[in-house]
Amino acid sequence: MAERTHKTRPASSPREGQEVESEEVVGSETGDRIKAELDDLLDEIDDVLETNAEDFVKSYVQKGGE
Amino acid sequence: MALHKVCGIETEYGIMTRGFDASPVTASSVLINAYAGTMPQKVGWDFLDESPANDARGFSLEQAFAPEVESHLVNAVLTNGARYYVDHAHPEISTPECASARQVVLYDRAAEEIVRRSMASCRSLLPHGAEIIAYKNNSDGKGNSYGCHENYLVARETPFGRLASHITTHFVTRQVFCGAGKVGQETDLDGDVVEYQLSQRADFFEEEVGLETTLKRPIVNTRDEPHCDPTKYRRLHVIVGDANMSEIATYLKVGTTGLILSMIEDDAFPRDLVIKDPVAQMRRISRDETLRHAVETITGRRLTALEVQRLLYEACDKYLVNSDDDPLGGDSHHVLSLWDNVLTGLETDPDSMASMVDWVAKRRIVRGYQDRHSLRGDHPRLKAIDLQYHDMRETHSLALRAGLKTLVTSDQVLAAITEPPAETRAWFRGKCLQRWPEQIVAANWDSIVFDIGSDPLRRVPMMEPLRGSKALTGELFDHVSTVADLIEALGANEIATVYPEPGW
Repeated sequence: MAERTHKTRPASSPREGQEVESEEVVGSETGDRIKAELDDLLDEIDDVLETNAEDFVKSYVQKGGE
Repeated sequence: MALHKVCGIETEYGIMTRGFDASPVTASSVLINAYAGTMPQKVGWDFLDESPANDARGFSLEQAFAPEVESHLVNAVLTNGARYYVDHAHPEISTPECASARQVVLYDRAAEEIVRRSMASCRSLLPHGAEIIAYKNNSDGKGNSYGCHENYLVARETPFGRLASHITTHFVTRQVFCGAGKVGQETDLDGDVVEYQLSQRADFFEEEVGLETTLKRPIVNTRDEPHCDPTKYRRLHVIVGDANMSEIATYLKVGTTGLILSMIEDDAFPRDLVIKDPVAQMRRISRDETLRHAVETITGRRLTALEVQRLLYEACDKYLVNSDDDPLGGDSHHVLSLWDNVLTGLETDPDSMASMVDWVAKRRIVRGYQDRHSLRGDHPRLKAIDLQYHDMRETHSLALRAGLKTLVTSDQVLAAITEPPAETRAWFRGKCLQRWPEQIVAANWDSIVFDIGSDPLRRVPMMEPLRGSKALTGELFDHVSTVADLIEALGANEIATVYPEPGW
C-alpha cells in the first residue's frame, strides 16, 4: 500500500504525526519502525507519567455528564 | 435522495484541579471564563427554543427530567461558530456545523487547542503551582461517564424506527476502529475480569433506544431537537461514541456514520445485517481484543464485528457507485478508501493500526510498559497511562507521543480557532460575532439576536444549516458596515414574532 511522508508538526508540539492528504491511501506501518518508536516512548514515559500513579488514579473522580 | 450530512461533535472533557480545591462546576467555569476573558466581547447563549425533552418517537417527556444542573452564566459563543460552556460538571465544546467529515476533524482539533489555551490562561490567573487540567476521555474508571456526542442532519421523512434499527448495527460494531481503549471495566458481564477493552463507553449502555443521556443510556438517542426547520430535518444525536485522540478515528467515525445514514435515508441499508441483542453485543465486542467475538444477525448469520463492518463497507461502496451526490461534502470516496484500509489492517494485523486507531495505540503503550516492568494487568500505572493518553497538557499527553497520523495541518487548526466553516450557517454566526460582538445580545444554533441601538431587539432566524454560508452571505458582509444595515438588508423584524427566512 502506498504511503508518503508529509511534514511533521512544529518542534514546539510533541505530536509527531504525519499529515495524510486526501488523495493518499494510508498503509500499515512497518513493524520495525513501530517497535523503535515504542521503545523510545517507553524510555521517556516515566518523565511524563504522574509521579504517584496510585494517588493520581484514585483522585481522578468525575461526575457523570451529558 | 439523502441529505448533505451537515454534522458536528460536542465533547465533554474530564476536569481536575491541582494546587487548589474547587468543585468541578467551579473549575469548569473558571476554565471557560479564562478563555472567554481573552475575547473582545463575550456573547452568551440564547436558550429560547431549546427542547431536549422532545422525543423523536413523537412525545415530550418534559416532566421526566430533573432540573438541568447547567450554569447559563458560563456559556460562550465563539467566532468560529462553536459553543463553549459548562454542562453538568464538565467543560464542553460543540464544534460549529460542519459540511464534511474532514471539517469536523479540523474543528474538533481546534476545540482541543481552545481547551489548551484555556488551561494556559488559568495557569497565569491562578496562584503559582495551581492548575486546571482537562482530559479528552469518557470515563473516570469508577463508573462515571461523560460524552462525546455526534450530530448528523437527516431527513425528517425517514421513518425513525427504521433509522434506529439500521444504524444500531453500525454503532455496535464501529468501535473496532473508533474505540478509544480502556484499561479495566466498569460493569460486570458474566463475571469476566477485563484488563483492557476497545471502548471507553460500551460499559455504560443499557437500552437500545431512548431519550436519556445520563441514566440508562440508549444506543440510539431519541432527542428530537433539530435546531433547524423541524418539518424537513432531524438532528440525529449520537451519544454512543468515544472521544478520539486520533484524527483518523474521528474522521472515520463521522465519515462512516454519515455514509450509512445516507444509505438508510435512501433505504439502501442491507437489512439482513440488523443484529440481535445489540446492548450485550456492544459490551462483548468491546471486551474482545482478539476481534473474534461473533454476533448474530436477525437472519441467523454469525459474524464478527469486523465482518459486519466489511459488509457495511461493501454496501456503502455499492451505494456510492449508484449515487450522483457526495453526502460528505467531497469526502465520501476518501472515507471509503481509508475505511477499507483500516479494516484490512485490523483483519490482518491489528497492531499495524497503532498510528490510526486509538485503542490499538493506547494498548501498545499499556502493554509495552507492562511487559517492560513486569506489572500485573490491574497495576495503577497502567490506568494512569490510560488517563494520560487523553491529558490535554502537551507536557503530559501520551496521545501526542503515540505517533498518530494527522489529517489537518497545524496552520489549519490555528485558523479554525477563530474562523468559522465557510459552507454552513456557522459562517454567518461567526462573521457577525467577529464584526459586531457588542451588538449581539445572544446567539444559538438557529438564530442570532441583535441590539441595533433602538428598541426592539431583532432576531435573525437561521433555520437552514446550509444557508448563511460564505457563498450566500459573503457579498452581503462586504457591503454592510453596521448591524442596522445588515438587519435592513435581511429584512428581519421584531423579536418574539415568527419571521420568514432572510432572503439570502
